[in-house]
Amino acid sequence: MSAPPLLEVADLEMRFGGLIAVDQLSLTAAAREITAIIGPNGAGKTTLFNCLTGFYRPTGGRMVLHHPNGALALDRMDGYRIAARANVVRTFQNIRLFPGMTVLENLLVAQHNTLMRASSFSLAGLFGLARFRRAERAALERARDWLARVDLLDVADLAAGTLPYGAQRRLEIARAMCADPVLLCLDEPAAGLNARESSALGALLLEIRAEQAIGILLIEHDMSVVMGVSDHVIVLDHGRKIADGAPAAVRHDAAVIKAYLGEDDDAALPPAVAADLRAGQGGA
Amino acid sequence: MPSAVDRLAVRGAGQLAGRLRDAAAAAFVTLVLALPLVGLRTVDQGGALVLETRWDWVAIGVAAVFVGRLALGLFAHLRLRVPRVVPRVAQGVAMPWLAWAVAGFAVALPFLPFADRYVIDLGTTLLIYVMLGWGLNVVVGLAGLLDLGYVAFYAVGAYAYALLALNFSLSFWICLPLAGLLAALFGIALGFPVLRLRGDYLAIVTLGFGEMVRIILINWQSLTNGPNGLPSIPRPSFFGLPFERAPAEGTTSFHQFFGLDFAPEHRLIFLYLLILALALLTNVFVLRLRRLPLGRAWEALREDEIACRALGINPTNVKLSAFAIGAMLGGFAGAFFATRQGFISPESFTFIESATIVAIVVLGGMGSQIGVVLAAAFLVLLPEIGREFAQFRMLVFGLAMILIMIWRPQGLLGHREPTVRLGRAAAPRP
Ligand SMILES: Nc1ncnc2c1ncn2[C@@H]1O[C@H](COP(=O)(O)OP(=O)(O)OP(=O)(O)O)[C@@H](O)[C@H]1O
Ligand SMILES: [Mg+2]
Repeated sequence: MSAPPLLEVADLEMRFGGLIAVDQLSLTAAAREITAIIGPNGAGKTTLFNCLTGFYRPTGGRMVLHHPNGALALDRMDGYRIAARANVVRTFQNIRLFPGMTVLENLLVAQHNTLMRASSFSLAGLFGLARFRRAERAALERARDWLARVDLLDVADLAAGTLPYGAQRRLEIARAMCADPVLLCLDEPAAGLNARESSALGALLLEIRAEQAIGILLIEHDMSVVMGVSDHVIVLDHGRKIADGAPAAVRHDAAVIKAYLGEDDDAALPPAVAADLRAGQGGA
Repeated sequence: MPSAVDRLAVRGAGQLAGRLRDAAAAAFVTLVLALPLVGLRTVDQGGALVLETRWDWVAIGVAAVFVGRLALGLFAHLRLRVPRVVPRVAQGVAMPWLAWAVAGFAVALPFLPFADRYVIDLGTTLLIYVMLGWGLNVVVGLAGLLDLGYVAFYAVGAYAYALLALNFSLSFWICLPLAGLLAALFGIALGFPVLRLRGDYLAIVTLGFGEMVRIILINWQSLTNGPNGLPSIPRPSFFGLPFERAPAEGTTSFHQFFGLDFAPEHRLIFLYLLILALALLTNVFVLRLRRLPLGRAWEALREDEIACRALGINPTNVKLSAFAIGAMLGGFAGAFFATRQGFISPESFTFIESATIVAIVVLGGMGSQIGVVLAAAFLVLLPEIGREFAQFRMLVFGLAMILIMIWRPQGLLGHREPTVRLGRAAAPRP
């Protein structure tokens, strides 16, 4: 084990005025692994993603991505560059598609930087040079592959905003994959999905892990998905890490159970999850 | 204990009272506005201005508003269902035939029997607005950046052309790209400070930018000749052949070269065909750009800027390119305007022009090319037709705009054609 993990976060801190949303958080995530990040509402999970992907500038700590092209300090990169150069691509808790554009167009926009270079910033594109046409065909092929995998081929030419909720979630993941991630950050991809859709999502994540040399960070409240796919679970509460380990171990951790079921915590989990955890506790 | 029926009756009476109050308020506003605007009129009586009162007109207007507002309130439930504003992606209802028919008609127009000077001149004006609409469509329709100062780029193009042609005697074909380039630079200059603004704030700042450019044109006497404008701007020639009855020594004019009788229509037709060519070129350019990654990024930016950033798209570049290209097209139109008029002054570049162009884009259906043509035709031709109504012209015009926005809030042609389809993309697989 000489190679460093894909992502190293050390002492990350994010304050909003008096509120500390992420507090001295250190964690690692490896390539070819699914690292789940769980915790009650308001624990700071989405805030962690916002820091990783450059939407927030952390008030302290370091985040290093060991990219195949060399180590990158994410805390010193801003905005779109984290996706463009460091290939950290995310999805959003409340889906953010391009609703008026078609499903296929959404996947082409994700390949913008590659296509832009191939079109020589539109010149080669305006004159329809072969180089650009080849790149465009490749982009379409890639989009079509992903559409087939998330089962959206037959709605490829519909406006993304008209798709049902579950299909929009799948499209957002396909779009992120088209953006060539090295680290894929999924913020509650199973939220709002029914049981069948959730298990299909789990299968898709396992497939991606098996085929691509990328790391996946997964924020999720649906414990069946978390327990089913993750290699490694990190539990946050009030911005702090309270547990870190294999899914089975975390599930029986006293601190975790207290955080979720604690008497003083109103922001508890959905009943299904709580029941699941209680069942896990009972089985121990 | 009031019964249910009583309570309903009370509620109904309360509603009626509310409606009456509402109608009275509307009537009061009308009264305040109409007293000076309609009620008082100055008439010329033997050289002296006399104030004439028309209280009966005021009374009619106030009564009409009261009754109309009351009727609107009482029959609100009968109102037309307002369609969705979200641009729908149509399923293969593209209308290439309409576009081709319009283009064919435009080319043939100057040679049709009814095409006199007035018609051709009106056609030329219309095409300038079409071109401006297509240019602004890049910024407002595709990139979703509400720009209320577009006339600034039109002005920059016009003045750039005029100054280059007057001071350096450069020909139209050299001045045209230079004017476009200069306007594009202005577009980038405007783009930088407003990068972080959106929606209403962006609209206000761009509006201010438009006014700034106009005021600079008025005050920079030494360069622009201030409010007096720039006269005798060189007219374009037909590949070196001027359109003049008596050309200067040593030059042949258009009618002499082709052995025609001199007719002032020649120049008009040439100008018409020139702006038609420029407009069609603009159209092809914008349509092509829309299908390129850049064009798709414009639309993606309009849809969701945060998602764009999460995908590694640099919003700064995308916005600046939209501003620059939109401004460049406006600059071309401005250069043409200058050479057509032969005279420009800051008065031609007021806010009302910006407003008209934005109205064309919004009315046409954001992002729709043929919609822009229809809307421009509506906005340019209606006031002409409305001349019959004399003083009620603007009233009719405003009413027509309101009705259209109620019936079709997504614009005349608010359907969005996908830039690529899987069906087509799938066909030529190697
Ligand atoms: N921009 C911000 N300004 C102020 N406070 C913020 C901001 N973003 C997040 N917070 C606060 O930080 C805390 C953590 O929020 P965060 O969205 O990260 O929670 P979460 O773990 O994703 O919760 P959930 O499971 O509900 O999505 C919350 O108390 C939230 O109110
Ligand atoms: Mg969250």
